Amino acid sequence: MASGECFGLLGPNGAGKTTTIEILEGLTPQDSGDVEILGTPWHEGAAGRALRERLGIQLQETQLADKLTVEETLAVFRSFYREAHTVNEVLALVELEEKRRARVATLSGGQKQRLAVACALVSKPELLFLDEPTTGLDPHSRRQLWEIIRSFRAAGGTVLLTTHYMEEAERLCNRVAIMDHGKVIALGTPRELIASLGAEHVVEFALIDGTPDDVTDALRGLGGVTAVRPGAGVLSLTVTELHRTLPALLTLLQRRDLELSSLTTHHATLDDVFVALTGRQLRDT
Amino acid sequence: MIREHPLFQLALARMREFYREPEAVFWVFGFPIVLAFALGLAFRNTGPGKLQVGVAAGPGDSALVAVLDSSPRLIATVLDSATARTRLRTGRIALLVVPGDPLVYRYDTTRTESGLARLQVDEVVQRARGRKDVAAVRDDRVVAPGSRYIDFLIPGLLGMNLLGSGIWGVGFSVVQARQKKLLKRYMATPMKRSDYLLSFILSRLVFLIVEIGFLVGFGWLMFGVAVRGSLATLGGVAILGAFAFAGLGLLVASRARTIEGVSGLMNLVMLPMWILSGTFFSYSRFPDAMIPFVKALPLTALNDALRAVMIDGAALATLGAPLAIVIAWGAVSFVIALRIFRWR
Repeated sequence: MASGECFGLLGPNGAGKTTTIEILEGLTPQDSGDVEILGTPWHEGAAGRALRERLGIQLQETQLADKLTVEETLAVFRSFYREAHTVNEVLALVELEEKRRARVATLSGGQKQRLAVACALVSKPELLFLDEPTTGLDPHSRRQLWEIIRSFRAAGGTVLLTTHYMEEAERLCNRVAIMDHGKVIALGTPRELIASLGAEHVVEFALIDGTPDDVTDALRGLGGVTAVRPGAGVLSLTVTELHRTLPALLTLLQRRDLELSSLTTHHATLDDVFVALTGRQLRDT
Repeated sequence: MIREHPLFQLALARMREFYREPEAVFWVFGFPIVLAFALGLAFRNTGPGKLQVGVAAGPGDSALVAVLDSSPRLIATVLDSATARTRLRTGRIALLVVPGDPLVYRYDTTRTESGLARLQVDEVVQRARGRKDVAAVRDDRVVAPGSRYIDFLIPGLLGMNLLGSGIWGVGFSVVQARQKKLLKRYMATPMKRSDYLLSFILSRLVFLIVEIGFLVGFGWLMFGVAVRGSLATLGGVAILGAFAFAGLGLLVASRARTIEGVSGLMNLVMLPMWILSGTFFSYSRFPDAMIPFVKALPLTALNDALRAVMIDGAALATLGAPLAIVIAWGAVSFVIALRIFRWR
């Protein structure tokens, strides 16, 4: 990872994202290989603590103490660091000022998550680790967290985040690694990965009476179609030029007397990259 | 600044979490007071109570009742045989007298009350039949503070309270932090592990002062239980006890991953001491062979030391033996806890 970048680890649940990030955070020992963070490997004791001074970490499953207030929680975390933001500064960063005296138990999911990120930011970190920071949040809270991450990067910070939302990775990360079953299966900028599909659009449709086998071959012959993927009742086509392929597709279906039950098109996303690489939908897993 | 020190902040957080939990506050502060109040009332020194005895229905029963009732310590009732059996079995009468020649005393020899009733009934009956006492005697009841049950009880409750709040206070919050992954989150900061463990001891120290104040103050106001020794000595003994039990609490919580798991362990540690360590009654009632084992328990040693200070006014220097046991338990538990503690 380069300094100042936002690197995303992407993958379905169980792909090994959390294990990877916790090895990098020095919380889980690695089975093999070497880990270097900010140019140093992990050590026990004082050296490890010196390295931790420069990191900000949010863990996926941490539940902060329910009975403490927001500012009390932050006061505990800031006391661990030699150089840290004041409670007021960090509250401003995550926009939780009006909740400062609220008990953690009374916060909404989005507010709890912003507090967790605040506990990570309080150390004035050079490198910020975020493990699925927006999982389970509503769209508004998600956008709020994206803003916090963007302003941290704008101030020169480096971010490593995991997510299973491909959309989040596309918006936030300048480089992503797609993981599945503990292995990196693709690495690059979101734009490069999408470009690797060789097409910009995806057409998905389903037929009322199911799909006859020979239709798939006929679809491959259509102009501008780069790939055909049969899914669970849904056929997915990757196409370069939507305006040419779509009329040809409709004509083909009409000629074969097949009736559509649904038809959608969208710009190719990292989700489609994942499907192309694994043959599975991200959301199914 | 001291406010910024992690040890201070962690201890402050511990205390806030504690006093914002009303149930925990009740069990630590309220419950011992309720116990002391109830037991103090139940065993107050109002002279010996009256014993209920039954007389089996039959010829001569009413004459016998009249004789027995003449004693200020007995209440006699005529009962048919079925009722008499039930009442004897359930302990509502201490003894059943069956009129006739010879008179029959039916009672459970293992019950202290029944033994007393046997002596009392026999004395009244024998005197009524003409037995003369040969020696002149006089009763002198002792009710001075220091020798009453409540004087025995308050130091014991103080010891039990230190045990409970040490083990619960430390054990639950450590395991809760581990279960909620808060401990792991702390491990992701430069926090020193020793600061985390010491914060429990520090917060225990603060609560300890409140605990002693509550119980000793209550005993003094309500029952006139005095502290014969110096308050400083009492405080010193209690601090050592609190440290020992905080260490034991850390040890109990050092590996457990769930609250359910640690609850079982805590009961395993505390229950034997509640029963054996002389909180509610003297441990000298246990068989001689058990006494050395009982005396080696930290709560026994602490209770002995607390009683020596409160009842006998002992100085710190004379308490070497029990305090050595308390300190040894604390130190050994703390060292083992540090070694085997599960931080993640």
